[in-house]
Amino acid sequence: MSFAVRHLNAWYGAVQSLHDISLDIQPRRVTAAIGPSGSGKSTFVRCLNRMHEATPGARVSGAVIVDDINIYDVNVHPMAVRRHIGMVFQQPNPLPTRSIHDNVAIGARLNGLARGRALSELVERSLTRAALWDEVKDRLERPAGQLSGGQQQRLCIARALAVQPTVLLMDEPCSALDPIATLQVEQLIEDLKANYTIVIVTHNMQQAARVSDRTLFFLHGRLIEENETARIFSHPSEKATEDYVTGRFG
Amino acid sequence: MAGLPSSTSLSAAGIRERVRARIAAQVVQMRVRAKHPSDFLFRGLTTIFVIAVVGIVLGIAWILVSDSWSTITTFGLSFLTNSAFDPVHNVYGVGAAIFGTMLTSAFALLIAAPLGIGAAIFLTDFCPLYIRGPLAFLIDALAALPSVVLGLWGFLAFAPWLQHSGEPWLQLHLGFLPFFQGEPHGLGILAASLILSMMVLPIITAVTREVLAVVPIGQREALLALGATRWEVIRHAVLPFSRVGIVGGVMLGLGRALGETIAVTLVIGNQATKPSLSLFDTGYTLASVIANQFTEATPGLFYSAVVEAGLLLLLITLITNILARLLVARLGRSRAGGLA
Amino acid sequence: MHVEYQEQPPRSSTAFQTRTTAHTLRRQITNGAAVVLTGVFALVGALFLIYLIGYVFQQGSHFLTLPFLTEAPAALGEAGGGVQPAIVGSLVLIVLASLFGIPLGVFTGIYLAEFGRASLASVVRFMVDTLTGIPTIIFGLFIWVLVVVPSHSFSGLAGGLALSIIMIPTVARTTEEVLRLVPRELREASIALGATESRTIWSVVLPSARNGIVTGIMLALARIAGETAPLLLTAFGSAFGFTSIFRPLAALPLQIFDYTLSPYDTQIHQAYAGSLILIALVILSSLAVRWVTGGFQLRRTGR
Repeated sequence: MSFAVRHLNAWYGAVQSLHDISLDIQPRRVTAAIGPSGSGKSTFVRCLNRMHEATPGARVSGAVIVDDINIYDVNVHPMAVRRHIGMVFQQPNPLPTRSIHDNVAIGARLNGLARGRALSELVERSLTRAALWDEVKDRLERPAGQLSGGQQQRLCIARALAVQPTVLLMDEPCSALDPIATLQVEQLIEDLKANYTIVIVTHNMQQAARVSDRTLFFLHGRLIEENETARIFSHPSEKATEDYVTGRFG
Repeated sequence: MAGLPSSTSLSAAGIRERVRARIAAQVVQMRVRAKHPSDFLFRGLTTIFVIAVVGIVLGIAWILVSDSWSTITTFGLSFLTNSAFDPVHNVYGVGAAIFGTMLTSAFALLIAAPLGIGAAIFLTDFCPLYIRGPLAFLIDALAALPSVVLGLWGFLAFAPWLQHSGEPWLQLHLGFLPFFQGEPHGLGILAASLILSMMVLPIITAVTREVLAVVPIGQREALLALGATRWEVIRHAVLPFSRVGIVGGVMLGLGRALGETIAVTLVIGNQATKPSLSLFDTGYTLASVIANQFTEATPGLFYSAVVEAGLLLLLITLITNILARLLVARLGRSRAGGLA
Repeated sequence: MHVEYQEQPPRSSTAFQTRTTAHTLRRQITNGAAVVLTGVFALVGALFLIYLIGYVFQQGSHFLTLPFLTEAPAALGEAGGGVQPAIVGSLVLIVLASLFGIPLGVFTGIYLAEFGRASLASVVRFMVDTLTGIPTIIFGLFIWVLVVVPSHSFSGLAGGLALSIIMIPTVARTTEEVLRLVPRELREASIALGATESRTIWSVVLPSARNGIVTGIMLALARIAGETAPLLLTAFGSAFGFTSIFRPLAALPLQIFDYTLSPYDTQIHQAYAGSLILIALVILSSLAVRWVTGGFQLRRTGR
């Protein structure tokens, strides 16, 4: 598959939060977007599955081309885009009153992907992939609100996987988690990249260094530098990148 | 509780906040020790006013019970079921009025609840920003409309229309239902219910909007990101999350409907007919009994019966409102815990 | 139906063009139907209000003349005459209600915000909430039993008392809310300067919350100006001008109520004209409050 971003601009009301971003995202690898708060890294990721425009007053221009199709083309419906490009959010957001099973099944059910026994199998497989199956297999019918924060986040990952996306976007998925839960999620990202293209936003540079293959550095809504992660953290070519990764600001 | 600094927080800001709170507490301590005479005066004055407010509420309950005591003891529970309000034979009962109160309120809610909840959903989730303000203002303004104005329109314009056009039409097309049988009068249960529904609608919309606004953005985004439509987001994430609060909002509306007086008194006809399910019948509500009978209430059982009608109305609305408040308030607490 | 789970996520190039499949189409139609239906629901209330105001305007605007505002009612069945006594009566009632209602409401609000930890506070808050939910005719009945029946006379004073109870919860809750918004630093600074508690509240806290409290009072006044049911049992209404607060008193809503049931066309149109005044009062004060607070405070008027 191919995944290219071309001349992407984004606005919140009158404020432009992304300026002319162009880059290629490499399939089956983990790409990290780093940068200080307000740098546009989150907005960037939300533009990749058309979630940005769900915010009132938000607007996008430019192209995101996945497998020769521009997801911003008038013929492409955002529903279809979001079903193929999954997303995990900063705050774990399971539906608290629905059961663990229903939380995983809901996307597949809505999109008509499976029902009956196939759906149960899909739920089990998604939970297994999200490394949560063993912990919840005896209480699939309990409300998801009863899980711990780390379990909730893995449940959200399982939920995203259950609609069989090709790309997984993660918007600071560990910032609400404790260190042990963070480690579990990072391990999971490592396992998932064999099958999925992953873009992760993080404010934690160690995390970017640990989990990602490529790194994008954002500042003031612009893409300052993109390169192999090892290269960004050892020999950045931009002064601003160096200042940021060495902790001089941000 | 989310939002409050947790007791185990060790961040610099947390410590600073706690030191500050400690100092503030000491300032308060000092203040308590060094109280000026004027402070006692001020507190005393405030307390007197507050006791007066508590006294009013308790006084209402006390007076309504004590002044209806003679009918309570004379008729007991038969006051609730007996439909005769008969000064000639000195026999009183508000069975028909209770029935009328329940029927008008129930039918009003049947109309207003879907309308109000639907309107709230439209305003919070579907509607473009530039329409939201004006539309919400118009619906809110409906709540501020004096009920005598609705009564005026209902009595002079709406009821005659119902009699000549609305009710015959209903009878023609839905006459097989027990609700739409009998002689069209215009004035009656149907007119009262429809006007009540317009009075209750803005309350249900306002409370539902508040309840929907409390649903965390993450709940909506969770489903959107799975490729759900806007409606699926509401159906599967927003409504389950806010169900309890919406029920509370509908009950607040019910509380208003049960006690509405002037508009209902003007259009309900104020004649007890044989209790039936027909909405074309004229009827009574507890509030309209009070408004109609108090001028003639002679001392004794008649007077006491009017007061007892008020007592019953107070009890019914109090229970409804307290339940409603508990439901609306519960939402914030129980759900936030499961998410944090 | 059994759908095979694909171990490898689908990677076909037509992945995003699912818009036309029957399943997606059905979901989008459902969504569209929901938008249209809820939109129509939202319009019902709004259009009803517009229609009602339009109808009242059409029926009453011709009668809304200067003599209508300044003259006493004409003899029964005769044309002309106005509602001057009713307007004066309403003003008297509003003043009387404010006299009791504002201090009770404001001090209750102060109590809840400033001494809110006291054990009595939860009781008081419950009582204030309870007052909000009680039908207003109950307040009328209460004052009727307490004042009118023992004194053998309906009176403006009784009407003012009944209306003042309606004011209390609105004023108290708004006062409490705005007092809570006053920054703690302001209080601490005042106390650090050696001011007493009462002086701090009276000279520092209350003035900085003045606008909010005035808003609450305006909301309460707009609400009681249109109340009819409690006045029916207390002020009762009168065809004559204001002479004493111990005598029955006219009020605009009562006049509208009476005229509604009148057999005379003139009076019916005057009822509509009077309604126009009430509607204008309510809408204007709502707009004013909205303008002052810049928010959606209006709904408070409707409880």
